[in-house]
Amino acid sequence: MRRFSWFNVTSLTFGFAFLYLPMVLLVIYSFNASKLVTVWAGFSTRWYGELLRDEQFMDAAWVTIRVALFSSTLATVLGTLAAVVMIRAGRFPGRTLFSGMIYAPLVMPEVITGLSLLLLFIGIGLDRGIFTVVLAHTTFAMCYVSVVVSSRLATFDTALEEAALDLGCSPFEAFRLVTLPIIAPAVISGWLLAFTLSLDDLVIASFTTGPSATTLPIQIFSSIRLGVSPQINALSSLLIGVVAIGVIAASLATKRRAVTQAREEQAAARVTG
Amino acid sequence: MRRFALIAVPYLWLLALFLVPFLIVLKISLSDIALSIPPYAPTLDLSAGWEGVRSFFAGLDFENFVFLTQDDLYWKAYLSSVWIAAVSTVITLLVGYPIAYGMARAAPEWRPTLLMLVILPFWTSFLIRVYSWMGILANEGFLNMVLGWFGIPPLQILATNTAVYIGIVYTYLPFMILPIYATLERMDESLLEAAEDLGCSRLTAFWLVTFPLSRGGVIAGCFLVFIPAIGEFVIPSLLGGSDTLMIGKVLWEEFFSNRDWPVASAVAIVLLLILIVPIVLFQRNEQKQREAA
Repeated sequence: MRRFSWFNVTSLTFGFAFLYLPMVLLVIYSFNASKLVTVWAGFSTRWYGELLRDEQFMDAAWVTIRVALFSSTLATVLGTLAAVVMIRAGRFPGRTLFSGMIYAPLVMPEVITGLSLLLLFIGIGLDRGIFTVVLAHTTFAMCYVSVVVSSRLATFDTALEEAALDLGCSPFEAFRLVTLPIIAPAVISGWLLAFTLSLDDLVIASFTTGPSATTLPIQIFSSIRLGVSPQINALSSLLIGVVAIGVIAASLATKRRAVTQAREEQAAARVTG
Repeated sequence: MRRFALIAVPYLWLLALFLVPFLIVLKISLSDIALSIPPYAPTLDLSAGWEGVRSFFAGLDFENFVFLTQDDLYWKAYLSSVWIAAVSTVITLLVGYPIAYGMARAAPEWRPTLLMLVILPFWTSFLIRVYSWMGILANEGFLNMVLGWFGIPPLQILATNTAVYIGIVYTYLPFMILPIYATLERMDESLLEAAEDLGCSRLTAFWLVTFPLSRGGVIAGCFLVFIPAIGEFVIPSLLGGSDTLMIGKVLWEEFFSNRDWPVASAVAIVLLLILIVPIVLFQRNEQKQREAA
C-alpha cells in the first residue's frame, strides 16, 4: 500500500520550508554587515559584538534566567504535588474547583492572567519586581507541569507503591524511592516546559513586573515595536541556536537510551531463551 | 493529616494566585473609575464593619458593561477578534492538514524525525517567530526583494490584517498538525485498500474514509488555534496595523495607556464569556476522543 506519492513529498517540503525559512533568513541576516534587510553588505559579526556589549540586554538576560530558574523549579514541585493530588487523593471537598483551577489557566488568555495578577499584587501592596514575576510564572507553569505529570501518573501501576508500603516503607519513602524515579522523565519534561514558558513570556511579565526587573522578552518587544533591528537578529539567532542544540542533544540521548534498552532486552531474551 | 497538607499546598496556591485575582478583576469591572490610588471606587473597608460591606456592594454596578455596548470600539474589536481568529483557523487547517497527512504516510523510520521538526519551533521563542516575519513582510523586506527580481511591484503586507493572518498561521501551525497527525497515524490503512477495492477513486476514498476518521483531530486542532488566537496580543501589535482591531490589544491599551482599570477589567470579563463556548465544546470533543481511544 505504501506508495511514493508526489503529493505527500510536496506538502512536506513546502510545509517544512514554511516552518523553517523565516528562522533561517533571520540567522542569515544576523551576519549582514548592513542595517538594511534588502542590502547584503558582506559577512560580519558586528551585531553580535554590539549585542554582547549592550548592558541593557545582558541585564535583561540575567533577570530572565533567574526568573525562569526559580519559577520553573517551584512550578515543578507544586505541579507534581497537584498531579499527585488529582490522581491519588481520591475524593475531597472542592475537588471540582481544584481541577478547574488546574485546567483554566491553560486556556486563559495571557492578557487576562496578567491583568488579574497585577490587580492582586497592587491590592495587597506587593512591590513589583523579580519576585512578582516569579509568582506569576510559577502559577501558570505549574498547571502545565501538573498536566504533563498527571498523564504519566495515570498510567502508573499502583501495585508497585503498595509493594513498597508492604515492605515497610513509609508513604513518603515509597513516593521518593518508587514513584518519583518512574515518573522522573515526565517531571523533567515538565520542568523544561515550565522553563521555556517562563523564558518566552512577554505579556504576563509585562503586567507583573516593575521598573527594576525588565525581562528579555520585554526588552526585545520594546526594541522591535518600531521595526527590524540587526541586534535583535543576532540575539534571535543565538536563542535559536541554543534551542536547536538542546533539542537535538536531548533527542539523541533518548535515541541512545532506546537502543541500549533494546540491546539489553535482546540479551536478556537470549539468556532466558 | 499528611494527606490534608498535601492537598492544601497546591490548593491554597491556586486559590490565592488564580481564583482571588480573578475575583478582583470581577469586582473592579463593577467599580467606578476614580482619581485615587488605586484608581477605582469603592474599596472594601472592613474596619467600618457591616456598614462598610453594605456601602461596598451598593457602590457596584454594571455601568462599565453598559459602556462597552455603547462605544463602537469594543464590540467591533470583539467581532474582529473572532473573525480574524476564525479565518486564521481555516487557513491553518488548509495548510496543516496536508503536512499532517504527509507525515502520517511517511515511512515509519522517518516519522520521529518529522515529529521532532514540527515540535522544535515550540521550543523557540514565540516572540522571535513573530519577529522573523517582520523582516520578510516589511516594505523593504525579503518578500518584496524577491518579487522585485520578477518585476512584480512591492506589496504592502506588514501592518495589515494579512500579516496578522500569516503570523497566526505560522505560530499556531504545530497546534493544528499534531492532533491531526495523531488521528491519521492511528488509522488502519487497510480501510483505504478496502475502499479502493470497492471502486472508490483515491480522492473519494479520502473524503469518505480518511477525512471522517481524522475529524476528532481536526476539531481539536481548530479549537487549539481558535481559542488562543482570539485573545492574541503580540501578533496584532507587531504585525498588524493601527487599524487592526483585536481585543487583547484593546485591553492592553485600556490598561496601560488610558489607565482605565474598571473598563479594562470589564473587557476581560466579556472576553472570558466569549471564550466559554469554544472551551466547553473543545472539552466535550476531548472527552469523546478519549472514550473512542
